[in-house]
Amino acid sequence: MSKSRNLLIGSALALSTLAGPAMADKLGLGRPALPEEISAWDVAVLPDGTGLRPGSGNVETGEEVFAEKCAACHGEFAEGLDSWPVLAGGEGSLTDRRPVKTIGSYWPHLSTVYDYIHRSMPFGAAQTVSVDETYAIVAFLLYSNGLVEDDFTLSNENFTEVVLPNADGFYPDDRPESEYPQFRAEACMANCAEGAPKVTKRAVELNVTPTDPDGKPAGTLPDIVAEAAAASAEAAATETPAEATPEAEPEPAAGAAPADQAAAPTAGPDQELVAAGEKVFKKCAACHKVGESAKNGTGPMLNNVVGHPAGKVEGFKYSKPLLAMAEEGLVWDEAALHHLLENPKAFIKGTKMSFAGLKKEEDRAAVIAYLSTFAQ
Amino acid sequence: MSDEQMSDEPATTKGPSRRAFLRNGALAGAGLVAGGTAARAATPDPLITEVQDWASAFGDPVDAAPYGTPIRFESHVVRRNVEWLTESPVSSINFTPIHALEGTITPQGCAFERHHSGAIELSKADYRLMINGLVDQPLVFTFEDLLRFPRATTTAFLECAANGGMEWGGAQLEGCQFTQGMIHNMEYIGVPLKVLLAEAGVKPEGKWIYAEGADASSNGRSIPMEKAMDDVMVAFFANGEALRKEHGYPVRLVVPGWEGNMWVKWLRRIGVYDAAVESREETSKYTDLMPDGRARKWTWVMDAKSVITTPSPQAPIRHGKGPLVISGLAWSGNGKVTKVDVSLDGGRNWQEARITGEARSKALTRFHLDIDWDGSELFLQSRATDETGYVQPTKNALRDIRGLNNVYHNNGIQTWWVKADGEVENVEIA
Repeated sequence: MSKSRNLLIGSALALSTLAGPAMADKLGLGRPALPEEISAWDVAVLPDGTGLRPGSGNVETGEEVFAEKCAACHGEFAEGLDSWPVLAGGEGSLTDRRPVKTIGSYWPHLSTVYDYIHRSMPFGAAQTVSVDETYAIVAFLLYSNGLVEDDFTLSNENFTEVVLPNADGFYPDDRPESEYPQFRAEACMANCAEGAPKVTKRAVELNVTPTDPDGKPAGTLPDIVAEAAAASAEAAATETPAEATPEAEPEPAAGAAPADQAAAPTAGPDQELVAAGEKVFKKCAACHKVGESAKNGTGPMLNNVVGHPAGKVEGFKYSKPLLAMAEEGLVWDEAALHHLLENPKAFIKGTKMSFAGLKKEEDRAAVIAYLSTFAQ
Repeated sequence: MSDEQMSDEPATTKGPSRRAFLRNGALAGAGLVAGGTAARAATPDPLITEVQDWASAFGDPVDAAPYGTPIRFESHVVRRNVEWLTESPVSSINFTPIHALEGTITPQGCAFERHHSGAIELSKADYRLMINGLVDQPLVFTFEDLLRFPRATTTAFLECAANGGMEWGGAQLEGCQFTQGMIHNMEYIGVPLKVLLAEAGVKPEGKWIYAEGADASSNGRSIPMEKAMDDVMVAFFANGEALRKEHGYPVRLVVPGWEGNMWVKWLRRIGVYDAAVESREETSKYTDLMPDGRARKWTWVMDAKSVITTPSPQAPIRHGKGPLVISGLAWSGNGKVTKVDVSLDGGRNWQEARITGEARSKALTRFHLDIDWDGSELFLQSRATDETGYVQPTKNALRDIRGLNNVYHNNGIQTWWVKADGEVENVEIA
């Protein structure tokens, strides 16, 4: 440890308010961070341009990179597919009942756009966008928002010259001045309002709460009193059989099958695989829908896919590489699906599918089994 | 009562004994449903008069569950999500079953989760924490290094800034798990952040820290140096055990009183800067759009709030009129809760509830009010007051200031409509 590290930063320690021992001196723990390590991890970019790496990218390149890496969720024109974030438009909507908060309408700093794309995008494949690609995507997003012309090139040189429309739209928390005085008034304890309460809004009327099978709000506490009574009545009615059904009992005897086990599907391993696949499919469900009302989303809907030719879902705009493979006769049999699911980008070079893949073979088999149940 | 039922026979007679219990249980059950007055048993309760299996045979051996989970009768006490809220379950949120919990400490296993790129698996061996930027010596710590610093403890609530956000426009979800359940409260052990910052030596121009996670979202947040040097902790234990994966194993930031998004999980870097980074999570998100189209930023503090957890839509009254325990939670990001009032008539009249246990600063506080319910409908509300004198406002008082486009920081008073049959609804009233 260098000696300079042993200099006590008095102000830091003087502010001690947490319960804990006072520190007399530095402990000399840890090791100096190397420049390469700092460069790898400190990629934050601040509004004044601090942290920007040398590089550049233009609108045209940005459009291509965006189409490849971002459009699957954000749409070709940054309009946002499904409920994925809308990145363009929305000017003048911030006082509307449904404001559209985009880079152009809401975000105060261009640095945030660069920082977030470079550090955290694309969703599911973060830190795969190069510095130049990031400049290009940001340039394209400025263009999509009508803030630059189509021949614009963004670089570390001109970055801080760009001012977003809503740069002055934010102010620091003012609740201590604008709210606290009002809410620190003496609380009323009696006769605080006239007349009987009148219900103005009921959550039940919206009917958007997840429910249990009995229709009650999900997680409603079991009615142990009624359960005991019902189980007793049932048992009394079926007096003759030697054993009451275990799941009807409030307190099963030792050795009886647990209720949750008894309620589970009792069919063969295929059912289990399908059930496992349904769980794994949650990773896919953001982009792919299945079932009766399935529509194309970010990815094509996947009814009737297993065992069928690739690239045939009506109305879905496939990537060119996939269409080429379909032309060559790609069929989504189990083997092909295993390959695709293991590593989509390796199986279809240039696919729009931005998914890292299912590394576990059993996960892939389960998803395929699950998908095979959606055949017509 | 037959001789057979009165006999001393050991519990090898499983069948008959159980059926007898069930037969008589019907009567006992009916008595309880009618409830209200002290129940007088018509016949002796076989659960008492007969030797039950569990009172005679063996239970589970030790090691049946080397790390136990709750008994299966509690299987409804789980985190739940509202699927339509988000596009993807890896950038989503679920809710703590606060309607089914008591006291103040939230078990990690059912404490709500919010991930921006899923809960990652990061081992202690692979863990590194970097402190860099405006410091005398940028440092890298291993997990073992962190364990060698003197430790501190703090108990703190973590509330998502969006807790109750779906209720801005009006009552929407049925149950406090969904309306107030983006909250948990744990006892943390870790190293005060100021100790780690002192080890690196913050330069005078270092006014902000920026905390970043190791996951794909990184979820970076800027925190002013004053707060970083006050009560922020780099924690690795919660409720006596290692942090669970979904809570940031092996290391997370604890930022008492401030919105949950700042409590960066899988903490990998503390950068020291002269300004806020103005990351996506503190500009595009977690800012508060006001009626004039401008927005508040840096609204870190979670203001005083409370909610009655039972009775509530997921915890209706099943026992009929008579003694009723009203139980709830109160908290404030500005300090201690000093008083909680409960109204049975929709805010016309209030009575002070008991604070049960210790009221800690920036931690969940439990309150109870024991009443003799006459079986008529109630409009239950609770109202917290904190040590700064701040009184939890009504939802409409907040809307009057902030309009309807706010999403975050809804700390308005909740109304539960208790019907005569004991069922409870989430409503708003005039």
